[in-house]
Amino acid sequence: MRTSDWGKDLVNQIMIGITGLCTLLTVGTLIFILGYLVYHGSAALSWSFFTQLPAPVGETGGGMANAIVGSGKVLLLATLIGIPIGFLGGVYLSEYGGKTFSFVVRYMTDLLNGVPSIVIGIVVYALVVHPMGHFSTFAGGVALGVMMIPISVRSTEEFLHAVPQSLREAALALGAPKWKAIVSVVIPAAMRGIISGTMLDLARVAGETAPLLFTALSNQFWSPGWNQPTATLPVMIFTYAIAPYDDWHRQAWAAGFVLLALVLSINIIARLALSRGTYVPKS
Amino acid sequence: MATTGALNQDALTPPSRGESFVRRFRADEELAYLVTLTAAAAVFLITALVWYELFAQSSLSRHKFGWGFLFTSTWDPIAGTFGALPFIYGTVVTSALALLIAVPQGLGAAIFLAEMAPPRISNALTFLIELLAAVPSVIYGLLGIFILVPILQKSVVPALKAVLGELPIFQGAFYGVSTFSAGIVLSVMILPFIVSVSREVLLSVPRDQREASLALGASQWQTTWRVVVPNASSGIMGSIFLALARALGETMAVTMVIGNTPQIKASLLAPGYSIAAVIANEFTEATGDLYLSALIELGLVLFGVTFVLNGLARILILTTSRGGAHS
Repeated sequence: MRTSDWGKDLVNQIMIGITGLCTLLTVGTLIFILGYLVYHGSAALSWSFFTQLPAPVGETGGGMANAIVGSGKVLLLATLIGIPIGFLGGVYLSEYGGKTFSFVVRYMTDLLNGVPSIVIGIVVYALVVHPMGHFSTFAGGVALGVMMIPISVRSTEEFLHAVPQSLREAALALGAPKWKAIVSVVIPAAMRGIISGTMLDLARVAGETAPLLFTALSNQFWSPGWNQPTATLPVMIFTYAIAPYDDWHRQAWAAGFVLLALVLSINIIARLALSRGTYVPKS
Repeated sequence: MATTGALNQDALTPPSRGESFVRRFRADEELAYLVTLTAAAAVFLITALVWYELFAQSSLSRHKFGWGFLFTSTWDPIAGTFGALPFIYGTVVTSALALLIAVPQGLGAAIFLAEMAPPRISNALTFLIELLAAVPSVIYGLLGIFILVPILQKSVVPALKAVLGELPIFQGAFYGVSTFSAGIVLSVMILPFIVSVSREVLLSVPRDQREASLALGASQWQTTWRVVVPNASSGIMGSIFLALARALGETMAVTMVIGNTPQIKASLLAPGYSIAAVIANEFTEATGDLYLSALIELGLVLFGVTFVLNGLARILILTTSRGGAHS
């Protein structure tokens, strides 16, 4: 073996070590994040966190029941607004779209996906909150709904696209009109993927805070209906974490733990479901 | 197989309905087409609406301050004078710091996952790294305030000062919240984006390129560094742009650790402010149309910059990955 080979192999081993270390550090961060939240969060978590309203300043105890319900309502509304538009847009791109227009729509969708969430908050403030004259659950739902559209479009398109062409041809050969083939053959075949995509989409916006700051605002009390400001978990974490009270910090940890557990478990379930599907595009 | 039954029925609709059947058939087809087209067009409409609203709502501030808005540094709501420079400075510095840390580490991890690790291990680790991307930004903020800042204060910053204390960027007292802390939190947040996009791009480099290089006697690392990485370079650049756009627009985590002080200091250890953070903090408290309009103009600046960066990033990534159109 020539001497240069020795150097070559040594460099090779060193670089495997260094890049491996980079990977380890990155994955390690996740372990740290989980560790700290479980450690601080579970210590602060109690039954009353889920059942009681926030305690007034100076009193200990209390919970975030209103924020949990508020988050649920905002997310429900966001799903109702974002998913139908995103889903149908995805169907267009995969089944009907031509070349140029589809490319442009796809491109725009990716750009919309990259818009900072705080900017979405400003726009929804100008379009919904300002004309209505007050902050509301509804405005929060619109803001998160808009944020759900791009991911929904792209994931629907991707999963529909992965359905084999032969399935479409079989349906068309039986004499089904195109729309019927799409509705009763193509979409059902991609359903598992589309549902998983929707869950991932929901998990992403569930943790969004910035667009809610000036749409849903917050609330120390229950928020009946859809027309009043509402507390949500992410905004509560923010307000409680930057407040100067130790008891509030504990509540923030508890809320962070609940939010992270929710977001990560949805992620894990959706991704596992995807990896076992028949028609999985490599993503 | 219930679906096939339904299909058969439809396909075999009696010919006696003749004319009307064909017409109904076409009408349904048109309707399905139009509905999905409208949904796809909605994406356009929303993007246009975002541009329009930001532009229209910021007109007051744009007319009053002109381009000077971007280059002056007085932010005084009471006097009605608004200059964005401290926020632009803070945003740029924190993002640059984040890239400085995250790019080498992210690229290293991407190379390891795409080229060095066995597929099974690579897939498992990638799964974990993608989970990291799913952690909400407010959680990063929470950890930033209560975990990272104390660690920086206790050990990292004193050590840095001992070694590099002469440098202007490490001068002055450190109170925990600072541009430095914000940059570090941001670097962790953008890491998963760099790793997962770069890994994809590396994996899309054709196999025969690697094989040709290995056949010539190059080591695995030489192949990676001299053949695969150069081939994927524009896509990697794209992933960095994508991450930069994320960093510039990131709001909550930065707001929680940057210190929220509109000033331009050479020292990274001093508190600062960012565009997104000032919008988050002051938007609901903005009294007066000019104040609000100035904040919206900041939003316009942020949107414009991230829009262009994302646009460039997507093009760079498309040119690298061959499955371009559907990646």
